[in-house]
Amino acid sequence: MTSYIFLKFLRAIATLVVTVSLVFVFIRFSGDPAAALAPPDAPQEVIDQYAKAMGLDKPLWQQYAGYIGGILKGNFGYSIHTGKPALTLFAERLPATLLLGGTALLIALLAGIPLGAVAALNRRSMLDQVVMAFSVFAFAMPNFLFGLILILTGALVFNVYLGGSSDAGNWAAVLPPAITLGLAAMGSFARFTRSSLLETINQPFMRAAEARGVPFRHRLLRHAAPNAAIPLVTLVGLSLGSLIAGSVVTEQVFAWPGVGQLLVRSVATRDIATVQFIVLAVAFTMVLANFTVDMLYLVMDPRIRAK
Amino acid sequence: MAGNSMPFTVKLSLGFILLFVLLALFGQALSPHDFRDTSLFDRLLPPAIMGGSAEYMLGTDAKGRDLLVRLAVGARITLIVAIVGTLIGAVLGSLLGIVAAARRGFAETLIVAAVDVQASLPIIIVALFVLAMFDNSFMLFLLLIGLTGWEVYARLMRGATLSAKEHGYVIAVRALGASPARIYLRHILPNIVNVALVQFTINLPLTVLLETALSFLGLGVQPPLTSLGQIMSEGRDRLLTAWWLTAFPGATIFFLALSVCLVGDWLRDTLDPTLRSEA
Repeated sequence: MTSYIFLKFLRAIATLVVTVSLVFVFIRFSGDPAAALAPPDAPQEVIDQYAKAMGLDKPLWQQYAGYIGGILKGNFGYSIHTGKPALTLFAERLPATLLLGGTALLIALLAGIPLGAVAALNRRSMLDQVVMAFSVFAFAMPNFLFGLILILTGALVFNVYLGGSSDAGNWAAVLPPAITLGLAAMGSFARFTRSSLLETINQPFMRAAEARGVPFRHRLLRHAAPNAAIPLVTLVGLSLGSLIAGSVVTEQVFAWPGVGQLLVRSVATRDIATVQFIVLAVAFTMVLANFTVDMLYLVMDPRIRAK
Repeated sequence: MAGNSMPFTVKLSLGFILLFVLLALFGQALSPHDFRDTSLFDRLLPPAIMGGSAEYMLGTDAKGRDLLVRLAVGARITLIVAIVGTLIGAVLGSLLGIVAAARRGFAETLIVAAVDVQASLPIIIVALFVLAMFDNSFMLFLLLIGLTGWEVYARLMRGATLSAKEHGYVIAVRALGASPARIYLRHILPNIVNVALVQFTINLPLTVLLETALSFLGLGVQPPLTSLGQIMSEGRDRLLTAWWLTAFPGATIFFLALSVCLVGDWLRDTLDPTLRSEA
């Protein structure tokens, strides 16, 4: 068990180190960073000054060491447009994105899992078919289209404008973008819960429990659910990636002042330091999520603990 | 799913895909205008049946460009990007997966590490990172879309090759003195190509959605070229006054992704009975 934890930890760290190094290599070899950061019509002396200030005149390994050292000290460079540290810009936007992503995940879990369970327990019924159709619909619906439909519905039917929710503190304002963002995950949770539960309830131990006269509720909650939940944990971990990806588009549609909007704006204005920080933050979050999923497996699945 | 009869929804989906391909190939012939032609007098005309002009069947945008012909050109670009992009990912990922399984050792460690790194970064984030560095060009965009899901092919094909290597028929041809190239190309590849084909049908709608999303953000296909996502983002600010500018491309993207998905599901069930979904 200790070696399992150690191996997973080592893998997480290795993935992070490789990602961080790749980002460095990419930025250094995509052209002259000093020219990219200096104003467009800057004379050569100014560009050279930029290069010196950024340490670009030093050998590559020293630059790399400086870059890693900076990251470890929490220095991620400054945004060329605002002059603020990239970390500060990110931190300002993070609460809005966490609120949006958290609500979306909650909606997806609270709606998706029961839908999938109901479909599995009423297999081949009308209800089952409706749930399955919904999950395909949710997968194929682009979130920018669904968001625009929500905004249009809000404007035409309820006379409220949902596309400019500037105050992220308002809990009701978060619902339309959160539903938009959570829709795809909701569909895949429903689909996966259904197939996972179907697989579990056909296992011999479930029939044995039924033969022993264990009541239905108890069989479902104490016997089937813990087993069906194990693969679902992986899916929830994986869905974090699509939630992050989806939030970039959703925040743009609803003018939600989060990290996704900052990323799109920084890419459009070539604010390299900010883009770099967001990429590193996403990688860190994903690696952490994968590691957490591996650890949750340890808690939930005694078979891994026994190894 | 009973027998081999094609369900109605799959027929409908195939019909829509055919219609979409026809629009992409020949749609320009439906209109006398070029997709770049602007007309100050014909700005924001509604579709013909909503009181617009018969000259512009689906109406015009804020620059007076014909929406129908723009949809046709956008459909063509979306189609090219989706198919070429999905193919690049499939070939690149499968090749890396097979090489990892065939060579083992350092090459395998390297490829598995690359798969881990890719899995920790959503493709749209990678795409945005690269687009911040380089000038956006159509070729670069195509390559970026091509990276979608390569790591999934690599992981699947590595597993499939590893298990195929242990099969009796491979051991037999190896004993007969077949060269490694012959073993992999003539014997192993035909046996595992199904795995990649199934993944292809899953990835195709994903590349459509990624391309349209990036173009919607204004970071994908650049003017004067156009794509369905780009047309939608142009119409976004006029959602209430000129709904047709978002409704037509939006509906096209949705039904395309839906159709490809449904056909893919059906194809998967037909190709591989062991994967048959519990429906």
